Amino acid sequence: MLHRLDELDLSGGAHDHPKPGRAVRIGIGGPVGCGKTALVAALCRVLRDELSVAVVTNDIYTTEDADFLRREAVLDAERIVAVRTGCCPHTAIRDDVTANLDAVEDLVERFDPDLVLVESGGDNLTATFSYGLIDRQIFVIDTAGGDDVPRKGGPGVAGADLLVINKVDLGPLVGADTDRMAADAARVRDGKPTALVSVRTAPIPEIVDWVRAQVRVTA
Amino acid sequence: MPAPELWLLADSRLPTGGHAHSGGIESAVRRGLVRAPDDVAAWLSGRVPTAGLVTAAAAAAACALLDSRGDDPSALVAREFPSRGDGTTTGPDWEPWDAAISARTPVAALREVSRQQGRAMLRTVRAAWPHAAVTGLGTRPHQALVLGVATAAAGGTPTDAAGLAVHHLVGQVCSAAVRLLGLDPLALAGVHARALTAHGPVVGKAADAGTTAAGAAEADLLPTATTPLPEVLAVLHARSEGALFAS
Repeated sequence: MLHRLDELDLSGGAHDHPKPGRAVRIGIGGPVGCGKTALVAALCRVLRDELSVAVVTNDIYTTEDADFLRREAVLDAERIVAVRTGCCPHTAIRDDVTANLDAVEDLVERFDPDLVLVESGGDNLTATFSYGLIDRQIFVIDTAGGDDVPRKGGPGVAGADLLVINKVDLGPLVGADTDRMAADAARVRDGKPTALVSVRTAPIPEIVDWVRAQVRVTA
Repeated sequence: MPAPELWLLADSRLPTGGHAHSGGIESAVRRGLVRAPDDVAAWLSGRVPTAGLVTAAAAAAACALLDSRGDDPSALVAREFPSRGDGTTTGPDWEPWDAAISARTPVAALREVSRQQGRAMLRTVRAAWPHAAVTGLGTRPHQALVLGVATAAAGGTPTDAAGLAVHHLVGQVCSAAVRLLGLDPLALAGVHARALTAHGPVVGKAADAGTTAAGAAEADLLPTATTPLPEVLAVLHARSEGALFAS
């Protein structure tokens, strides 16, 4: 029997737990403009003093995200690497993760980090990471992108280990019902966590704690 | 009938990182040098018999160095290169072949691209053909050598290795042209098919040269040819901002 896409559970048993003693790799995906880079920056600012962190970015056609992170000085510049994905950001995180694996392995060899964040290029609701590349994945959506997105589900919304509904502060301005988004997300996510946040305007302790918990598993 | 596992090596879906490379055509497209399917065919007519020949010959040589001519590549590789007792096999001395490819790849940017893709393919080969004779290739060998080793491990011949090298060069260029220029993918499938036929003699020439060089254990016998403009464009590409492809 075929499953509906939003019933697929990417986190269910098909992949290994993060390996003890190895850097935990967390993929951060989501549509263009949803706030992936802002989330990476926020996580780095909070966690850099307690963990050794490195970042791989997958811009579609520039190194802008990596440049932004370096300019913001969220980490030492050499801990942030950009890879080119040949017009296919979802291929590079799922079907053929070679370029990203190379980048992660180089960072691991050089810095022996506790945590590697892999930020995908902005893509669509079906773009998810292969667990051959990452251990856990966060999917980010934008409140202003439509409050029906959680209801529609899809592999990212339904299957990610953590769903982040970002820019909730914009809800009243764009007529988005964030309570409904949370309820719809809970319905398709089968108990996996969802965080409603506004990354640029407020702290994100729940996401930071979730990331800490993933790292603790392997400590 | 080719060895069944060779189909895997011919498949662009095999995860070896090739999708992020354009075979050099992105740099030409950005400068308006390539705009239509005929231009892609012309680009290939310049590149396949030159840089393509060198790569294909090196792949054929690597395959010939391990050529088993039998059904059990692992056993025959072990026969030719005795087992070390820890389960690994020794292999040919790859250093002269590695150096010969470097010497035939004029610009550093393309030597780096070859090693990046070799590293990636090595990872895939280790997963798909654990018995492959990769010992001694190091961590960043030239891609042509890994392709030749993989072809031998999959039960293929030096001609298969040369054919695969040309097929992937053509495929990389054609698929990148579709993505970069919005060309009709059906038209590019035609370009790909015609290029494989037109450059069949290149495959034969590369296989002969590679087999001869391997038989004589003389890496210097590998052919030498290139086209200057794509080499220069590759340097500019490596320095450019905003490129979609890694090369």
